[in-house]
Amino acid sequence: MLSDWLYVGIFFIIALFLPAAAITIATILSPKKPNPVKNSIYECGMETYGDTWIQFKAQYYIFAFIFLVFDVEAVFLYPWAVAYGQLTLFAVIEAIIFIAILLGGLLYAWKKGCLEWN
Amino acid sequence: MTPVWADPINYIIRLLRELLIGWGLPPDLTHFVMSLLGGFLLATGAMMFVIFLIWYERKLIGRIQDRLGPNRIGPWGIFQPFADMLKIFIKEFITPAGADWLPYNLAPVLSVGSVLLIWAVIPFMVSVYGVDLNVGVLYLIAAGGFGVLSILLAGWGSNNKYALLGGFRAIAMLLSYEVPMVICLLIPVMYAQSMSMNTIVKAQDVWFIVTAPVAALIFFITSVAEIGRAPFDLVEAESELVAGYNIEYSGLKFGMFFVAEFLHAFTVSLLFSILFLGGWRGPGAEQIPILGFIYLVIKTFVVYLVVILLRGSLPRFRIDQMMDINWKILTPLALVIVMVTALVDKAVSGLDSLIKAVILLVINLIVLYITSYLLKQSSKRLMARKVVSEKRPVAVYRPEQS
Repeated sequence: MLSDWLYVGIFFIIALFLPAAAITIATILSPKKPNPVKNSIYECGMETYGDTWIQFKAQYYIFAFIFLVFDVEAVFLYPWAVAYGQLTLFAVIEAIIFIAILLGGLLYAWKKGCLEWN
Repeated sequence: MTPVWADPINYIIRLLRELLIGWGLPPDLTHFVMSLLGGFLLATGAMMFVIFLIWYERKLIGRIQDRLGPNRIGPWGIFQPFADMLKIFIKEFITPAGADWLPYNLAPVLSVGSVLLIWAVIPFMVSVYGVDLNVGVLYLIAAGGFGVLSILLAGWGSNNKYALLGGFRAIAMLLSYEVPMVICLLIPVMYAQSMSMNTIVKAQDVWFIVTAPVAALIFFITSVAEIGRAPFDLVEAESELVAGYNIEYSGLKFGMFFVAEFLHAFTVSLLFSILFLGGWRGPGAEQIPILGFIYLVIKTFVVYLVVILLRGSLPRFRIDQMMDINWKILTPLALVIVMVTALVDKAVSGLDSLIKAVILLVINLIVLYITSYLLKQSSKRLMARKVVSEKRPVAVYRPEQS
């Protein structure tokens, strides 16, 4: 079990190392002739105006909330799905009621207009 | 005992392990070295494979658009990507003024890395796989989320407003498409009673696309959205955001995003064929493992062909349409299909597996039919309202009076 995660760890390092190495080689090979005009920000020929790093729209907050609800729900449901074969019909119905409550929540958010993107 | 030609990779692994132990290495270190070597070969192989994928996709898109595609270098232009790669290696890196150094440079590395990570858990044949994690499906979802983060880093770090808009859209897509994907993956897990990829493949006596077609459809749509291809390519929409998140990248840093996109498209096809099309399973695949690999490649290329066809034929969605598709269609559908499948599968658990599969298929098709009926109704309402309420300009032909 632990050796499995060792492999994943090694793989993670390799997966980051390979592109990083390629970019490093390209950095060595490529010409370096920067000038202010070349390095200016490309916005279709216009001079850039104002600050780029602005705040996210508040709408993302609502969607992030709903997203969080459903992702946490998934964490509860995966163990249930793994144990599905040993469960009785009663346990399955219980899980279905749980999902149905969430579906009700989604419908409520829909009716409230939280799912409209504008 | 399988003959050598039937399982060459395992033979080489065994040979190498015996060689290392013969040199007097302790078993732990041998295991470490083997893991390092295997991981390195797998990751390098995946990245080299992209060269072929780029040629394949350019050629196919060319034919779809009634062009020839690459046709100059080598037979059928097959060496074109090599020429492109050599060129992109010696292009200058232009770092925009005021870019945030760390996110700007981390993003291309992370975008390729996140795709390569998925390859760690893919079972290629009955005996060859990177690692058989017991939480494989969750690992896939986590690794998929990484890729979107890299797009946000690129958009934020470039100090460019178009790139930032691309990053914002990427976040909106991550927020929406993760949910139905996670929910619909419950169904294969439920059937296989395990989250490990190997067990899921072994459980597919009947392919899961037969017993869970709705889940397969949802997974396909959401994974096309996750890789950010047409029709969901609004993070890099050329016509509205210039190029979106990768506008300020040049040289190989841009190339890395390109590689990541192509590799990710192939990887989700691979995942689809593993989770729903039976992976390496096929006649004789258990006895002759190399045959299983061939089956897997064939299935994957069929799915990949569909992904390319979609890219070549569908127009792009608007962001509000994309959010609507996700939150108002796919998420409720995924929740309903999980409930229905759980109930029906439990109710018919005593029956023969073939009859069970037929019943599940019929139930799935009924759910699909009801969904399409509801969608048609609502779209009719939408169209009717639009036409009645808005005054439309009418072109009238008036011959000039002379």
